Amino acid sequence: MKILDLSAGDRDFLAEVESRSGQNLKTCYQCGNCTAGCPYTFAYDIPVSQVMRLIQAGQREMVLNSKSLWLCASCQSCTTRCPNEIDVAKVMDVCRHMARESGCVSERTTKLFTDAFLQSVETHGRAYELGLMARYTLKSGRFFDNIALGPTALLHNKLSFKPHPIQGKEQVARIFERFRKGE
Amino acid sequence: MAKIAYYPGCSGQSTSVEYDLSTRAVCRELGLELVDLEDWSCCGSTPAHTVNHVLSAALSARNLALTEQLGMDLVTTPCPSCLSNLRTAAHKMEDADFRAKANALLDTPCTKQVTAQSVLQVIMEQVDPELIRAKVVKPLTGLKLACYYGCIMNRPPALMQFDNHEHPMVMDNLMTMLGAEVVPYPLKVECCGASFGVPRVDIVTKLAGKLLDAGRELDVDAFVTACPLCQMNLDMRQGQINSALQEKFRIPVFYYTQLLGYALGIDRKELGLKKLCVNPKPVFNKLKETAQAS
Repeated sequence: MKILDLSAGDRDFLAEVESRSGQNLKTCYQCGNCTAGCPYTFAYDIPVSQVMRLIQAGQREMVLNSKSLWLCASCQSCTTRCPNEIDVAKVMDVCRHMARESGCVSERTTKLFTDAFLQSVETHGRAYELGLMARYTLKSGRFFDNIALGPTALLHNKLSFKPHPIQGKEQVARIFERFRKGE
Repeated sequence: MAKIAYYPGCSGQSTSVEYDLSTRAVCRELGLELVDLEDWSCCGSTPAHTVNHVLSAALSARNLALTEQLGMDLVTTPCPSCLSNLRTAAHKMEDADFRAKANALLDTPCTKQVTAQSVLQVIMEQVDPELIRAKVVKPLTGLKLACYYGCIMNRPPALMQFDNHEHPMVMDNLMTMLGAEVVPYPLKVECCGASFGVPRVDIVTKLAGKLLDAGRELDVDAFVTACPLCQMNLDMRQGQINSALQEKFRIPVFYYTQLLGYALGIDRKELGLKKLCVNPKPVFNKLKETAQAS
């Protein structure tokens, strides 16, 4: 069992998560509804209700290093079922933003997939599935995870072999450029 | 014909091309004219909002601005992920400060309020159910179906404002209207594993496997879906799920537009049935047998 020193909590952390998510986390009374409905608890290192409690207790490092942030699919079960109307999925999203900004990446493949997807959108204006899969596979070195899908996808002609770039792809690229400048 | 701005979404050009095809065919048959947003771009999907909410909203808002340029205030999309992003962007941009931040990333700002709705919602709310009933030429009589809505079509309810968030019924009602028997499927809104099929395939095989298992328990002939990612996880990954879980699932997974189109007598080629990975032939054989018997 891990014992936390609650007096050593980082008060600014709670305030930062609250302000960036627009949620009042003080109302969470640990009913556990979010965890009960979360399909991903089996893969999490910290169940979502405990993430909420750790934020209240100002445990910045523990939260931002949690694998759970990267394994949340934003399926909205927690948000839908919170009796205190906390947008829990948004809180998880905001913590993931903060983890990314501070270089905490506890699930490398998820981050690589996200990056490959957005890179594809920035280049073509639309997501090009085969291209982003190739990029992800090269970066992650995970060559065999989905190789079994190849024949099925080919047989049913499921994948497009060329991207569908749009006229306004520079407009989309500029969205990313301005975003990075503003960060 | 009612004209509606149409946002197909990226997957409609590759892994879910049959959803896009059958959506267009069904809408045409039901008198809904879809006007493609010219030069639409990706909504950012899940990856964008997990990086930053303003970036995500700007990527979606470019498409809301395109809707505005068509002189329309409603855009429809078949994909729940696109829908969720477009609605989230529109909702957040009701706040003037947020709107200014998102617009600052765009070449052409989005100034008006645009609403996004799923094609499913448009069909259910804008088409007279009597017209659908009257147009059914090949009823789905004899088929036992599970309607699977996926996690974000109706959630969170304050944002999506359509159907019931725990126990949605519109697809059930539609399939019943077409003559099918719809089972009370208990996992209608449980997540299928979403886009974790790429970075964590173990998660998807477990979650999608659970969905297939519940369908098998209820002895269904097929699943009916409304989401490209759900459909892909249940259909294209069914072999992968079988290997991972040592199972023998063989359940066809349709888009609701394919079965609706079939019932309306639309040419099979326009429904992209050959794109389905689990062979749907047993389903159509069963339909033929039932039709002959009656």
